[in-house]
Parts: sequence; C-alpha cells; structure tokens
Amino acid sequence: MATLKDYKGDTATWCPGCGHFSVLAGIQRACIAMGLEPHEVAVITGIGCSGKVSEYMRCYGFHTLHGRSLPVAQAVKLANRGLKVVAAGGDGDGYGIGVGHFTHAARRNVDITYIVLDNQIYGLTKGQTSPTSKQGFVSRTSPEGAGEQEVRPLELALGAGASFVAQVFAGDIKRMTEIIQQAMNHEGFALVNVFSPCVTYNNTYTYFKEEPLLDLKDVPDYDPTDLNNAYNIVLKNNGRVQGVIYQNNRPAYHTFLAGYPEDPIAFRSIEPDQDVLNELWAEFK
Amino acid sequence: MKKEITFKIGGQQGEGIDSTGEVLAITLMQQGFKIASYKHFSSRIKGGHTYYHIRASHQQVYYPGDTTDILIALDDESYEHNIGSMSPGGYVLLENSKEEKVEQKDGCTVIQVNFSKMAQELGNKIIRNMIALGSAVYLMGMDYKMFQPLVEKKFLRKGQALVDLNINALKKGYEYIQNLGIPPFKVERPEPSEQALLTGNEAFAFGALASGCRFLSAYPITPASEIMEYMKANLPKVGGVAVQAEDELAGLLMAIGAGYAGVRSMTSTSGPGISLKTEALGLAGMSETPVVIVNSQRGGPGTGLPTKYEQGDLNTMIYAGHGDIPRIVLAPSTVEECIRMASMAFNLAERYQCPVIVALDLVLSLNKQTCPDFSPKMLEPIDRGKLLTEKELEELQEFNFKRYRLTEDGISPRSIPGQRGGVHPANSNEHSETGHITELPDIREAMMNKRMGKLKSFKMKGYEFIGGEEKPVQTLFIGFGSTRGVLEEVVRTLQDKGEDVGLAQIKVLHPFQPEGLAELAEKAEKIVVVENNWSGQMAGLIAKELQVAHKIETIRKFDGNPFTLAEILNQYEQLLTKEVV
Ligand SMILES: Cc1ncc(C[n+]2csc(CCOP(=O)(O)OP(=O)(O)O)c2C)c(N)n1
Ligand code: SF4
Ligand SMILES: [Mg+2]
Repeated sequence: MATLKDYKGDTATWCPGCGHFSVLAGIQRACIAMGLEPHEVAVITGIGCSGKVSEYMRCYGFHTLHGRSLPVAQAVKLANRGLKVVAAGGDGDGYGIGVGHFTHAARRNVDITYIVLDNQIYGLTKGQTSPTSKQGFVSRTSPEGAGEQEVRPLELALGAGASFVAQVFAGDIKRMTEIIQQAMNHEGFALVNVFSPCVTYNNTYTYFKEEPLLDLKDVPDYDPTDLNNAYNIVLKNNGRVQGVIYQNNRPAYHTFLAGYPEDPIAFRSIEPDQDVLNELWAEFK
Repeated sequence: MKKEITFKIGGQQGEGIDSTGEVLAITLMQQGFKIASYKHFSSRIKGGHTYYHIRASHQQVYYPGDTTDILIALDDESYEHNIGSMSPGGYVLLENSKEEKVEQKDGCTVIQVNFSKMAQELGNKIIRNMIALGSAVYLMGMDYKMFQPLVEKKFLRKGQALVDLNINALKKGYEYIQNLGIPPFKVERPEPSEQALLTGNEAFAFGALASGCRFLSAYPITPASEIMEYMKANLPKVGGVAVQAEDELAGLLMAIGAGYAGVRSMTSTSGPGISLKTEALGLAGMSETPVVIVNSQRGGPGTGLPTKYEQGDLNTMIYAGHGDIPRIVLAPSTVEECIRMASMAFNLAERYQCPVIVALDLVLSLNKQTCPDFSPKMLEPIDRGKLLTEKELEELQEFNFKRYRLTEDGISPRSIPGQRGGVHPANSNEHSETGHITELPDIREAMMNKRMGKLKSFKMKGYEFIGGEEKPVQTLFIGFGSTRGVLEEVVRTLQDKGEDVGLAQIKVLHPFQPEGLAELAEKAEKIVVVENNWSGQMAGLIAKELQVAHKIETIRKFDGNPFTLAEILNQYEQLLTKEVV
C-alpha cells in the first residue's frame, strides 16, 4: 500500500499558508485511500501556482501550458484507460484562457477528474483580476473595480454537461478529500471547484471561516441526480455551496467509441495486422 | 497507337463530376494505366465550375498534363473554361438540350449531345454522367464493359437493378457516338499490373495506421479533413481512437497527451490550424514528447484561399514558436512517398522524442495518383526509440525516474504512465533530469544543449535527384511537394532541347540536409527554385543553408492554382532573356 511518502514529490514552495497545500494533500490522501500506487495515477496540470501540483506530487504527471491541461489529460486517459487521471489548475487557467477546453471536456465526458484551485486571483503573476474575481474587484489590472461579471463555474459546468459537479473549501481538508475521492470514483468528467485562498494576494480564509459554505450534507433529502435541484441550490445560494451538487451516470465518452479496447491502448502491440491492412488497401484498388 | 490519353469532365459542383471522374480513373487504373489526376473546385458546396482531369499513361506520371484529348462539358461554362487547353484533334462532348450536331470548332471535333434526354429515356436523371462517360470511352477506343467490375463493386450492394442501369447508361452513350461514325483514338493497352489509386491524404492516413498510429485528434479543415475522416473510420479496426477536438490547439494537445502516454499519435491540419497549434508545438519540443503533425498547405494568410493551393507554410513549419525546439519537417512529393514518410515520421518522432511535421499541400492531398501495390516493404520497420520496458525500469531502481537524463546523444530513455519504475513529471517548464522545475543556469544550459543537440545524429538523404543519373548540371531546378510532377516534365522538356538541367526535389525541409545537394548547388551555374508562395520561402532556405543566394532565380506562383508546364517554361524563358538584356 502506498503511503504519503510515496506520493511526496518536489518540496513545495508555495507561500506559507497557501490553500494549494491543502488541495495537494487532499489529492494525495484520496489516492492513498483508493489504494492507488503512484504509477497508476497521472496528474496533468496547467500553469499557475496551482499548476505546481504535478511538481509536488510524486506520480506520473505533465506540467503543460497555461490553460491546456484538459486536452492533454483526456488523451492520456483515452490512451491508457488503466490510469486514474486528474487534471488540475487555477481559476485563470481553467475558466479564463482554458475555458473553451473546459466546456468541451465537460460535454465530452471523458473519465477524468478536474480539480480547479479557485483563489479568485492570478496568483503566479502576482495578483491580477481573474475570471472568478467578483465584479468590482480591485487589482492592478482593474484599478476601478472589475467591470466584468465573474464566471460562475458551477452553472457553467452544469450547462456544459458535466456529469459530476462538486465544490469544496480547502480549509475543510477532510471533506475535500472525501469529495475528491468521490470525483475520482465517478466514471465521466468530474469537476471539483476548490476554494483555495491565496494568502498573499486574495486572502479569503476569514471570509470562508466566518461565512461558511452551505454543506449539502446538511440539506435534508438533497438529491444530486436531479439537474433542477442542482441549478436551484446553486442559484439560491449564489454559488456558496459545498458538496456534490450534481451527479449523473450518463455513459462516458469511451463507451461511444467503436472498437475501443478493453485493455490500455498504450500497452497493446502496434505491429500491423496484415489482414486488416490488406482489407483497407483493397478499397484503393 | 497512343500510349497516353488525357480526359476531363467539367460541370457544376454538386453534379457528380467528382464521382464520374473517379469511376474512369479507377477503371483505367484497373486496366493497368498509370494515373495522375487533378480536381479543380471552388469554395462552395453546390454550383461553381468544377472539373476532374485525368492523365492515363503507360509510364508513371505525377503531373496531369496541360492538355486534354477528350472533354465532357456538361454546360457552356465548362466549354468556355476548358476549350483553350484541348489538344489539337481532341474531342469535346458538349451537353446541349436544344440540338444535336457535330462540328469542327476551336481545333476540335465538338459533338453536341442531349445527354439529359438520354438519361430521361433510361428513366433516371442522375445517370446522365455515366452516359457521357460511355461516349467518352468510345472515343478513347476502349470498351465500356471494362467498367463492369467497378460498377459491381460500387452498386451491387444496392441491387442488380442499379448495376444494370449504370452499365446500360455507359452502353447507351457508347453506342450513340459509335453510330455517328466518329473515329476514336487508338490507345495501346498497358501490361496489367497490381496497383492502387489514392490521394496523398488517404496514403498518409493509411501509412500512419500501418505504422502503428493509434490516436488522432484533429479539427476539420480543407484540405486535411480526409485524413481525420479516414482515421475516424478505420482506427477502430485496429483498436485506436480518433477524437474531433474543439479546436486545432486541442487537436495537437491531445495528440501530445496520447504521445506522452505511449501511443503513437498524430494530428492533421492546414495553415490556419498550424497557427493555432504553434503553442502546443513548443510543449511537444520542450517536454520531448513524440508526436506527428500533418500540415496540408492551402492558400494563406488568414483564411486566405481555403480551397486553393499554395506552399506558403514552409517558414512556419520550420520556425514557428517562441524559443528553440528540436523538430523534423518532412515533405513527401508523391502519393507513394506519403505512405513511406508516414512510417518514417512516427519512427523519427519516437527516436528523437520530438514533434515531426509532415508537409503536404492541397494538390498532393486531394488528387489521386496510382501507387504500386502495398507491401510491408514500403514502410520502415517500427522503431520505438529509447522506450524502456517495465523490467528495464525496475533494474534502474530510481525512486524518481530520470526522464530527462543527460546522455551522450541527448536522447533520454523514456517511460510511460502505468510503468512502475518510471514515475516522473513531464514538463514544459525548464526542468532537471527528473523532470522537476529548475532555473539553475547550468542545468538550463545543459538541457537546452541536450534538446537542441538531439538532432545532430539525424542524417538522411534530404532530396531526390530527378532527370537521369545524379550528376552536377548547369541549371539545377529545386522544388518540394506536389510540384515534383510538373518539374519532372520541365526537366525532360529542357533535356530534350539539349539543355543540361536536373531537379533536386527536397524531401527533408528541416534539419536541412546539405549532403550531396551542396555539391550540386555549388557546381550549378544557375539554381532555379520553383515554388508556390509569394516570398520564395524555399529559395530563402536554400540561400541560407547553402550560401548560394547569388545564383538563385525563383519561379513563383501564388494565384491559388498549381503551375502548368507551359507556365514554368515561359517564366524560365523570361529568366534567360532577362540575362541577355
Ligand atoms: C499563454 C500564457 N499567458 C500568460 C501566462 C502567464 N501566466 C502564468 S500563470 C497565470 C495566471 C495564474 O492564475 P491561475 O490560473 O488562477 O493560477 P494561480 O496562480 O492563481 O494558482 C498567467 C497569466 C502564461 N504562462 N502563458
Ligand atoms: S501567490 Fe497566492 S496562490 Fe501563489 S503560492 Fe502564494 S498564496 Fe499561493
Ligand atoms: Mg488563481
């Protein structure tokens, strides 16, 4: 059984107190709890403070480009269905520069988990307004207050067809680990939006501590399989909810692929089958 | 007896011009003729003049020719558009619903026929083109029965009645002209041979599949879409996956993901897509991920000429991206070469762990040529480079596998996710041997040198000499891609006039391979670079790589259409007279 030691990568250099530490720990713990070995996990990240997750976690990983983790992650999964694939990145990464990939990944429903470390700020580039910064947010790129209304990741994911949508506060590591694990067990595209405070440029710890998110555990009879419920609870609470908001088990993308092998493509022989080639060639004769 | 015949059918888009041309091309191929063909079309789905030109010869030809022996013109526009390129003594079959007559006009025998009426007599309008084809075949001096095998292959699934309808249509058109008593051409039959007829796109896609490619992700774009469509249809037969990505950037990113995961993968696109993919190209170079990118060039820039031909992406393919990355750029020039280069591309990508770009162009991508029958010998044997086995990894006993190990040749042994002993992060940030971010100057330098040094050992013949036995010539023509066909004929024509010329057809655009070529260039008095772009991108490359700028002349065309033989010969004449003045 793998332990935390096996999952320990490079030494993390985030600012002390950064929420991203907790998210990293949450992913590591989820993997351990699921009995996964580091070589069975691939963490594909974007660029940002959040993108460093793949540096600090020992497993297969790919630190890609700003906003581009999702296409890479989906292909890694399709190429090797035996892996647990987690994509991770920031709010700028996923809901700004990469939002096109996000919406298409949600509707494509490849069996991966996408963890967004949402600090409502551009951390790595030193504190500019991000797509999830509230309208009116003041920073050096919006000195008069941000004019744009913020992106609402949960509604966006629901609208795009994500089959699993969850949200959690990084300060609640136990709950977060639980939810990440549920997401990783879900067969299909699973979004976990994690509020992960940036202590340096947008410290929201006190805000989340003083005004905690509504945990869906505490909502009697909340049924996450009902899309109406999901929209309603998110709208009613202005997005300030925690837990699995929506989950359905519509078939994942690979189930629509004709001839998709039962075993990982990556480990199959690629020596050509002469009969198949002859048959294909015959079409040109 | 002629050993060659040229044919053209022209009409409006959406009228089945393509499929009619194809029926003839395939049938002539089955008879043993070697085929070069060219489709002219406009950027709309219905309407707009289109034609399908076929040259059938005893000899392998790669250029469809400047002239036409037999033209089917289904409307007056097709007549006007194409009458100027008829060979003297040629035949025109002109659709005319008002009167039927035979006259000598514009140096040809123009036979006006009411094909539509004949089709109605057979009870089906859509059969018109087959009637016209029957007439054309009579004029070729061939028998309409030669179509039987293909017609059966195409239509038997839909019932014998459809087969009979097609054969009857061919017969009707055939007998109509026969009864007019017009003397047909006499074309000698070639020796039968096992061969096939396909486009560059089909050839590359087939070659990729045969070379172990098991993943394609791409976004539709003319003139590359057929590659994606072929893979979508056929990858499932070999346990592979094709994904339609949300854009070209995602197309390459996914291919990179699959490549990282250990699956031979590719993306296919054209110029606008290459622009979008540029960001991911850097990722592949930096992370040392094998991936193949096929770029079928069309008229740029911007949306440019979406359905027209150009060779304007040479600089982009060689230089695109910020920073320096290792990359290989190959340029096949015939359909057969597309198959072989597919196998080379996948081997090189894995051997050098870098992106390999294959430059096609619209003319090569979309037009059919005959190709010798497939045999595994047409492919390079699969070589996966330094891909380690699980056992080899375990023997290394590295807790953090050194994915970017500094080695003598710069190429590091590779593991893929799922292998126990190979755990590492791949990285597009500068990284250490274990793949972790670093900004230490020494490591940065070592890693840059490693990546850029990988291709030092890349050596192969970068060109093919065409025009007899390879030897220094007075005038050296240089080209790449689909211009091979016409340039071969330029060289032949000039040699027949006694000129000392030859063609160096460039096959490896990058890293540039000077061996042999440098000597040819040095000994030539004049170098004429023929290419389809405004600025002379190939000429620039030759000038830079071989230091021969002073003797380079260029012949360029960028109106969206390929060169004709006459155009190149004309421009060449002008170059000569310019010098005399
Ligand atoms: C194409 C591109 N544009 C811009 C950047 C600069 N950049 C790096 S990270 C980043 C934003 C990071 O914000 P976020 O994604 O929210 O992650 P965080 O650092 O907050 O965790 C930007 C703009 C880049 N690396 N690449
Ligand atoms: S800048 Fe913000 S997000 Fe980045 S490490 Fe520091 S606290 Fe974390
Ligand atoms: Mg952020």
